[in-house]
Amino acid sequence: MTVGRYRTIALHRLVAPARGVAAIGGAAVLLLVALLALGGYDVTAALAALWRGSVGSTYALFSATLVRATPLLLAGLAVALAFRAGVWNIGAEGQLLAGATGAIAATALPLPGPIRLVLAMLFAALAGALWALPAALLRRRGVLEVISTIMLNFVALNLVGYLVRGPLQEPTHAYPQSPTIDAAARLPRIPGSRLHLGVGVAFAAAVALGIVLRRSAWGFRVRAVGANAGAAASAGLIDVPRVALEVFLVSGALAGLAGGIEATGVTYALYEGLSPGYGYTAIAVALLARLDPLFVVPSALLFGALEAGATAMQRDAGVPSAFVTVVEGSLVLLVLLLPTATRAWADRDRRLPGSGT
Amino acid sequence: MSVNGEFLGAAIRTATPLLLAATGELVVERAGLIYVGIEGSILAGALAAAAGGWASGSATGVVLAILAGALMAALFALFVVRWETEQIVTGTAITLVATGATAALYHVLFGPEGAGLRIPVIGPIVVPWLSAIPFVGGALFAQSVFTYAAVAAIVAVWWALAGTHLGLALRACGERPAAARAAGVATRRLRSGAAIFAGALGGAAGASLVLVQSGTFAEGMSAGRGFIAIAIVALGRWRAGGVLVAALAFGAASALQYLFQARGWTLPYQAFLALPYLATLVALATARARGSAPAALGQPEGE
Repeated sequence: MTVGRYRTIALHRLVAPARGVAAIGGAAVLLLVALLALGGYDVTAALAALWRGSVGSTYALFSATLVRATPLLLAGLAVALAFRAGVWNIGAEGQLLAGATGAIAATALPLPGPIRLVLAMLFAALAGALWALPAALLRRRGVLEVISTIMLNFVALNLVGYLVRGPLQEPTHAYPQSPTIDAAARLPRIPGSRLHLGVGVAFAAAVALGIVLRRSAWGFRVRAVGANAGAAASAGLIDVPRVALEVFLVSGALAGLAGGIEATGVTYALYEGLSPGYGYTAIAVALLARLDPLFVVPSALLFGALEAGATAMQRDAGVPSAFVTVVEGSLVLLVLLLPTATRAWADRDRRLPGSGT
Repeated sequence: MSVNGEFLGAAIRTATPLLLAATGELVVERAGLIYVGIEGSILAGALAAAAGGWASGSATGVVLAILAGALMAALFALFVVRWETEQIVTGTAITLVATGATAALYHVLFGPEGAGLRIPVIGPIVVPWLSAIPFVGGALFAQSVFTYAAVAAIVAVWWALAGTHLGLALRACGERPAAARAAGVATRRLRSGAAIFAGALGGAAGASLVLVQSGTFAEGMSAGRGFIAIAIVALGRWRAGGVLVAALAFGAASALQYLFQARGWTLPYQAFLALPYLATLVALATARARGSAPAALGQPEGE
């Protein structure tokens, strides 16, 4: 009995958030149906296109959904880790662009392909961390990281805009982009699909970060700082500013890696529109996962499927992909309300039995 | 007019929506809320202005834009003040919803051919005598009604924050909300009101983009101006005068591209576009700027 009870509790812990993501996925589809009906679109055709474009075939699943989910997963991990420690890093977009720039720079080195590729990943992570560093240092001096990371996002975007028209522009000087990287320095793909090795890296990163947060001393410090920085500091064993700085840098490195993988696995070149706002969508991804690295995986897959499906919906059913953006934003608002809603339910339950009021 | 005069005029024109949005953001931040969703308010305002302007003229467009911007902010206030959700995340979600909703609505209202939507733009109001001042007259006194309104708004906000009881109560919400509430200030109502005011000005900024600058709506046309408004408030050190100067600086940096085109320079102007953001970072690093941020910025009011 006792054993069974404990097992139930452990299972419950594991299943509940997964069920939460599934429930929210369902809510997303319902909301989309309502919006499409309001807009006067052919709901069946739109949903069919959404399905075909996201999970309806092996090709859609591998070459669209998984490829789209990869940068969201890595950037989502970056955001989840930072938010977990109370570090409001909304600069994943800029760190991602910095990472893509670093990776592209590394691929231009006169070295054998595989070494360039490894260097590209390393440069990407370093560039991402470097791009987070000013905000991390300013935070120690009391500057709100929200504002500093927004500034750094725009500096990164303009820097990329300058680089692809200046030092990194392709040789014909016709397009604002870097030269296409040669085949040897690209991330290997599964033949016949667009699925690249970066997907594996992203999944591995999620598992690794999940284990580190749960099991390691560093993970404990991160969670302690996030839960109550004041208590963590007064307990005397945790150097709160140091942990925050480390979290900021690791977060930047993860977002940078997202950019590096996107550049060497999907776009094969650097240009301003490399990221359609992955760094901002990542905030929604992390939030939907309740900031738990393991649940960032299903959350990123859901967003990847929604965005891949949105592209197909626009192409095949003439429904603007913007409808899916509305759904994404609404999901975040919904998730934000969950604690309030559960608190309200708990209060109601407490009041119900014989409260006599 | 000389190239320099044209540059000044372009700088002020570009600065106008930025100043409108930043004035709103200044008020809401002084009340202790950081409203990242102002980007969404600008977009909502832009679409409302386009729809209103197309249906029955620019005056309707402006009114609808202000209402639409305020509506997004009211949603934000409901979440962060009533339900005490995290402000940055809520603001980001509001922007996401507004980005999608405006693009989808535009598609529903005007169809795939919506790109052809043209709305007559509001011309400049040329102030007699003053606009004839050499060099700067044309730039300063031949602007649209939005520019004059933006300057009036920042002056009014300066006066209200510095010299009125309401301004004092609002600032108390941003510095010590618990103490303010203990002293009998209706902190929730004031913070919500400040947010709605910010949204209304964001909506007006969106209207100016449509009704003065482009004459049409385009998906995501706010192009980060809401985030720039947040930068302007920080660069202006949370003071009305500073915000005015910072908005002009951002406007000037953006207008450099016109100057470059006029002079035939081929330098990548992206380097200059990044300058104001770098300046904001440097300004934030100084001790004076840190001291001037509202103490309770970004925090719920607590019990």
